[in-house]
Amino acid sequence: MDFGPYLMLATLEGAVTAAVLALTASGLALVFGVMRVVNVAHGEFFMLGAVLAWWVTSWLDGYAALGFALALLIVPVMVGVLAALADVTVLKRLSYDPERTIVATIGILYILQQVTLMTYGPDARPVTPPFNTRLALPWVEMADTGLSLYWPWGLSITSYKLAVIGAAAGVLAALWLLMTRSKLGLMMRATEQDRDMALAFGIPVERVYALVFGLGAGLAALAAVLIVPIQQAHYLMGGDPLLLSFIVVIIGGLGSLPGTVLAALLIGLSDGIISVFFSPTLAKIMATVLVALVLVFRPQGLFGASRA
Amino acid sequence: MLKLEAVDAGYGRAQVLRQVSFEAQAGEITCLLGRNGAGKTTTMKAIMGLLPLMGGQVRLEAEMLSALPAHQVPRCGVGYVPQGRRLFGELTVGQNLEVGRFSKPDNEGVLEEVLQLFPRLRERFSQRANTLSGGEQQMLAMARALSLRPKVVLLDEPTEGLQPSMIAAIRDVTETMRDQGVAVVLVEQRVEAILALADRAALLENGRMRGVVSGAEMRDDPSILAGHLGV
Repeated sequence: MDFGPYLMLATLEGAVTAAVLALTASGLALVFGVMRVVNVAHGEFFMLGAVLAWWVTSWLDGYAALGFALALLIVPVMVGVLAALADVTVLKRLSYDPERTIVATIGILYILQQVTLMTYGPDARPVTPPFNTRLALPWVEMADTGLSLYWPWGLSITSYKLAVIGAAAGVLAALWLLMTRSKLGLMMRATEQDRDMALAFGIPVERVYALVFGLGAGLAALAAVLIVPIQQAHYLMGGDPLLLSFIVVIIGGLGSLPGTVLAALLIGLSDGIISVFFSPTLAKIMATVLVALVLVFRPQGLFGASRA
Repeated sequence: MLKLEAVDAGYGRAQVLRQVSFEAQAGEITCLLGRNGAGKTTTMKAIMGLLPLMGGQVRLEAEMLSALPAHQVPRCGVGYVPQGRRLFGELTVGQNLEVGRFSKPDNEGVLEEVLQLFPRLRERFSQRANTLSGGEQQMLAMARALSLRPKVVLLDEPTEGLQPSMIAAIRDVTETMRDQGVAVVLVEQRVEAILALADRAALLENGRMRGVVSGAEMRDDPSILAGHLGV
């Protein structure tokens, strides 16, 4: 295969990574932005989304598409409700103290991980994608008669991967509309900027916190449901998304949603491209070096406002 | 109208207010006087429910404010203009006013009323609050509190750091509120403003009440105020 088609293939693979990462990281960014809570258990909510997706689809064995649609609808809600309960029972009692909530969410991380190991077991289990047509992609070449299209061997993507990219873009657009156009979004942004003044103007801040924590975890779970037909569900799968989400959130600027999405694109695409042309290890090294550079030269992130 | 009875409050275990009692009447301006650290801002936070009471009670007419969660206090008709304005800086003027209306969403005409009171805010309507000048920010803070059609307004040093023309504008609005029957609780440091505006003054010292004086008493003998102002 020539360089051009090869690069396009790598870019598409990177776009799938970027789409899932953008969803996961925006959940983390939302929770940190509004609540000032560093949610170390975020990756476990992702893992729980994948494991529950396997569980829900296993009810409807033989009806892959139906089972997957059901998982897509109810799993993020299940994980979101669980996270909201964790907020009310644990984080609220710590008065959302920044340091103590880090320790508490580490505790939640281990509880979720070990309970999953005890119930679901140590196996990695696949989920059948609802549809998975292989689509050959065209490339252009110079012929005697001018530009012409041809189909290079090996340049293809599955319809499911394209759907993942589309779904992630749709959900992120909906999240953006929620934050900027709705009354609920206004409540979240007011709470983010000044908790006491939000209370003084009648915003039920504790309910907003429970909702935001649930929404953040729900986004991670949704990302996991989308990726599990490609990746398989495993009780230790939460580590990578947590690390990459932190990298993305730091590069994008803590709490900035547009910054988070752009950083996810940057990290996801470069991960795809570097993994294809060099090695996945080099891709992780580059991402970590980038974080170090951002922290040294622009600690507030590429899009974060510097906080006094 | 607004009545504090033997209020004890503070931050964590550090008690600031001890047995603070006073009353603010509708259509009157009640000044809260005291040196820095006397507990004026703490009193306002205690009324808003932003600090848990260690004792005593706050009531507004028949409503026991101190028994409500903080976010239900504005619903009873308490508007708060805090020290340093504390606007939602990243939100627009319009959005700040919308947050002000959350507690009383059925108030249709209130936005128009508030904008008529502060025409400058109409021009700045879709601008972010942190891009406004200091005076405009103070207007927005007042307009935000008025958006819930309050029965009681708590004004914490509303003219601090403003130029004279702005001070006059803020004072006009304060008087308009009083004339409309709102109970105004005002923290103020400038003697001439206190003498001109106050119907009565509650004196605070080290978190304790040192009595209540009427406006007439203060105007007869302004030396009462000495020892209750400044640093």
